[in-house]
Amino acid sequence: MAGEVKTKLSKNLLRMKFMQRGLDSETKKQLEEEEKKIISEEHWYLDLPELKEKESFIIEERSFMPCEDLLYGRMSFKGFNPEIEKLMIQMNSRYKKEEIEADDTAEADVSDEEMARRYETLVGTIGKKFLKKRDQRVLQDEDENSNMRPSKAKKMFLKPQD
Amino acid sequence: MAAAAEAGALPAEERVGQVVLPGDVLLLPSHPEADGARLWLGPGAALPGRLVCGPGLRSCGAGLLVTKGGLLRHRQPGGAGGGSGGAYWVDSQQKRYVPVKGDHVIGIVTIKAGDIFKVDVGGSEQASLSYLAFEGATKRNRPNVQVGDLIYGQFVVANKDMEPEMVCIDSSGRANGMGVIGHEGLLFKVSLGLIRKLLAPNCEIIQELGQLYPFEIVFGMNGRIWVKAKTIQQTLIVANILEACEHMTAEQRTQAFAKLSER
Repeated sequence: MAGEVKTKLSKNLLRMKFMQRGLDSETKKQLEEEEKKIISEEHWYLDLPELKEKESFIIEERSFMPCEDLLYGRMSFKGFNPEIEKLMIQMNSRYKKEEIEADDTAEADVSDEEMARRYETLVGTIGKKFLKKRDQRVLQDEDENSNMRPSKAKKMFLKPQD
Repeated sequence: MAAAAEAGALPAEERVGQVVLPGDVLLLPSHPEADGARLWLGPGAALPGRLVCGPGLRSCGAGLLVTKGGLLRHRQPGGAGGGSGGAYWVDSQQKRYVPVKGDHVIGIVTIKAGDIFKVDVGGSEQASLSYLAFEGATKRNRPNVQVGDLIYGQFVVANKDMEPEMVCIDSSGRANGMGVIGHEGLLFKVSLGLIRKLLAPNCEIIQELGQLYPFEIVFGMNGRIWVKAKTIQQTLIVANILEACEHMTAEQRTQAFAKLSER
């Protein structure tokens, strides 16, 4: 009986912080909008139609750096200042990397295919470590069925015969 | 009157490499204003990316308005469509520097006032530099900067309405070569156009100079260059070459270098 009739809580009460924690975002937004309406009716505003901002394709830039792709301003030659020489390589290569985003030809020590192969087997071997004994057996049967490569015959534990 | 106004307005692509004067209007290829208009571009054409309107140009109505006299330059859009559209700018010559946000400059500390330093960068106002804007600086650990020191830093605030502010760290908090420049060496002034020429990606002058002696050099976009070599004589030679190469042709330069490398 008491549950059917819900007492209507006042708006001021609903605006309090402890009441808002449980609300979802939609009701919060609605409450905020209502509040804004109350305030904005008192405020004066210009009765103009909404102006669409023209999408401008032109960016105004007052600096020469992006236009001419200038190098970094600090340089050192013939090893006069080794830190600056390192910095030169770093800054100029970082700048070039930003340009060449499409080609990702980073020279790696290990080729991608090699990496994929190794990783594949690595995941398998480490995964097996955490399997229980029963699962290991199942895995073994699956391996024998699905594996194309000839696998070594696993040496099972042979119970010593009396 | 109308004819004169129309005569000034030419498509931008035609005038690349020519002298433009303030007041010239450069027309740009019309951008599709409505979505339906995009169809006429054709399947092969890339969508026009954002065009960069560089120094000396301003956007106005139909195209770009030239505000400085000089040669019109253009850079093709790089990357596969997603990158920036092309860039137009005016290659002009001037000696007086105007602070621009993001530029790396060499400044001289003039006043040390409490928390900030006032740095003379050659502009109309002195730039302010906070003592916390150095790598590893905290309230207890102040940087060792005295009046008269040379600072290599970049602008974070630089517009006509506010006093320019500079810092000696980048956005991630690392110095990256900025900060106080060493005590020895020679600071001299050149025109702004020469600095841009020297810092261009394939500058032969710098490469040839690098073959001569070991030395260190810092270029400030405000027209200041700092050089340090092992002996005073070598420092002066490098400084003289840099000042002179603005007006030398390539052959004169190679002759000068040949004479020097003989010694």
